[in-house]
Amino acid sequence: MAVRKTKHEMPEQPPKERIKNFKEVPHGYSNETAIEEAKRCLQCKNKPCMDGCPVEIDIPGFINCIAQGDFEKAAEIIKAKNSLPAISGRVCPYENQCEGECTIKKIGEPVAIGRLERFIADYERGKGVKIPKKAKSTGKKVAVVGSGPAGLTCAGDLAKMGHAVTVFEALHAPAGVLMYGIPEFRLPKKIVEAEVDYIKKLGVDIKYDIVVGKTITVDELLHDYDAVFIGTGAGLPRWLNVPGENLDGVYSANEFLTRVNMMKAYKFPEYDTPIKIGKVVATFGAGNVAMDSARTALRLGAEKSYIIYRRSEKEMPARDEEIGHAKEEGIIFKLLTNPKRFIGDDKGLLTQVKCIKMKLGEPDDSGRRRPIPIPGSEEKIDIETAIVAIGQSPNPLIPKTVKGLKIGKWGNIIADDDGQTSIPGIFAGGDIATGAATVILAMGAGKRAARAIDKYVKSKK
Amino acid sequence: MYKIVEKKVLSETVKMMNIKAPLVAKKAQAGQFIILRIDESGERIPLTIADYDRKQGTITIIFLEVGKTTKQLGTLNVGDSLLNFAGPLGAPSEIKNYGTVVCIGGGVGIAPLYPIVKELKKIGNHVISILGARNKKLLLLEKEIEEFSDEFYITTDDGSKGRKGFVSEVLQKLIDEKREIDMVMAIGPVIMMKVVANVTRPYKIKTLVSLNPIMVDGTGMCGGCRVSVGDEIKFACVDGPEFDGHLVDFDNLMLRNRRFLCEEEKACKCTEV
Repeated sequence: MAVRKTKHEMPEQPPKERIKNFKEVPHGYSNETAIEEAKRCLQCKNKPCMDGCPVEIDIPGFINCIAQGDFEKAAEIIKAKNSLPAISGRVCPYENQCEGECTIKKIGEPVAIGRLERFIADYERGKGVKIPKKAKSTGKKVAVVGSGPAGLTCAGDLAKMGHAVTVFEALHAPAGVLMYGIPEFRLPKKIVEAEVDYIKKLGVDIKYDIVVGKTITVDELLHDYDAVFIGTGAGLPRWLNVPGENLDGVYSANEFLTRVNMMKAYKFPEYDTPIKIGKVVATFGAGNVAMDSARTALRLGAEKSYIIYRRSEKEMPARDEEIGHAKEEGIIFKLLTNPKRFIGDDKGLLTQVKCIKMKLGEPDDSGRRRPIPIPGSEEKIDIETAIVAIGQSPNPLIPKTVKGLKIGKWGNIIADDDGQTSIPGIFAGGDIATGAATVILAMGAGKRAARAIDKYVKSKK
Repeated sequence: MYKIVEKKVLSETVKMMNIKAPLVAKKAQAGQFIILRIDESGERIPLTIADYDRKQGTITIIFLEVGKTTKQLGTLNVGDSLLNFAGPLGAPSEIKNYGTVVCIGGGVGIAPLYPIVKELKKIGNHVISILGARNKKLLLLEKEIEEFSDEFYITTDDGSKGRKGFVSEVLQKLIDEKREIDMVMAIGPVIMMKVVANVTRPYKIKTLVSLNPIMVDGTGMCGGCRVSVGDEIKFACVDGPEFDGHLVDFDNLMLRNRRFLCEEEKACKCTEV
């Protein structure tokens, strides 16, 4: 039988409907569709897909179980390596990872590995998650700083190995960017909470309101624990550095998304945190965070939501799936356009942005063609809200407060592939070490660090 | 949960609370702030630390009931708890022997001034304190601050206590009297800090102000609290809250502090209904 060349579609909320609510966009596979999709897998002996998986899931293994209708066994296989599959099954850029290596790509679309992972995670959650047997207690204590994807993964793996793990979270809610950054319609917070709950059931203790570097220092943690893992992410927003950026109406994507996602401003005044956006919103940047911001603005009632980006569509860093969803929802893409200044009224309220058209020149250091302004092409666009989504830098709070910790030129903590920093006993991973990257890379870093920490604490007398 | 262990009504709209938060109290220093959230639907608000007791493990907050959250906070009593209380945040005040320092507090800004006055005095400064408020009912911590001050002045807008007028006028008088002043610390309404900075600018007297802009996370993540300081954008939560008063763009800060006034009114109305 010939292999079907295309993935099975995943049903979605229609664009016209979904822009009026914050509910999740795709609905997920049915049992039957999942089995059919799983049957597309060729079960290659060399498992190229696994080379693309930062958390080392036995991909052909779990897909084979789905094809045979054994969803529980599939869940077991995934959970053996990945404690947060409902999250990675939603936000992972599969096209660059597992699916990017899939053999079927030679004749058509790869197996929908991401959709299948999500299917199994949702299936398992619906049935009630099984807690795996833990290793015997080692009597070792590990502190994990930050409860984002790197920290949660590291904590979960260490707990399974029998270590006592305490996670220190600065905010009042767990999961870092999964909670404050990624919107409800892409990653429902109930699902994040369920995944965090699983980590807690593994025996991990999460303490909130503890700003490490302020409430307690890493040195103090190192005194009370056998090792410390730092996974504090890339929390520092970057700015355009153009005049008028402090006007009322200009947000960093972090502020905008934190207000809406973590503080639930979309439910104001039921929730106390406000947001105001007006009728026309412009988001600057074209990564996943920019797509999230522009699409969130629509759901808050914006009549027009622009993406303003200085390069062309080809250079946009967002995933194709996110760009596709944004286009379907009516986001207006103003490409090869760069802001020069924000303009406000006499009350300091943002009213316009002055932009200039760009053309692409020779490739720059990043390998992407450098945008060059076209003289005389300035235009003013009426906007009421601007969201700056041009990237984040590592949060400086910890790098600044640990003596002797080697810091890179972007303010990142220098760590090797196993997360070892310049100080014995201190490990780091995720965006704080690499600069802003993806959820799955942070999870992978957490996983490798957990292994290194296990080895380290066991070798300690 | 963080228990309210003491509450005092300082005036109709200003209240004092001691909150049990041992980890915060252990590290708190003059000039720092905390972020609290009352309940699950609450917003995160920053309040500057008015005092701390490491032995008791408590932090003192003093707040003016201006918006939904501070009004709701004011209705809580001893025995009630706050859901979240994180800190100490921000950089502490630089406490050293400057020589003669003038500490100026306006309205509820007098509260965070108190621990700074105390520490500056302990380390050997000659402390001149100037407290101001709209009327005598709104003055706070007079006795407490006077105890740690070498010279002590009060002004009220309506003349109901002390000199009638503004704190900046007392400062100007001291300068006119050719008093040696090595540093001025001012905490209060933005307009007061702006005026104080304008008074000292021609004389190049080092002037520090403590800012309290709108914040969300308080850890440098959202940038909602950004202020223009000289040519730079600074975050009050991690770079401040204290800045060189001669470099702060106070006008922009005033505008940014009004960002959610309409929403604030709406939130307050919803509670009343």
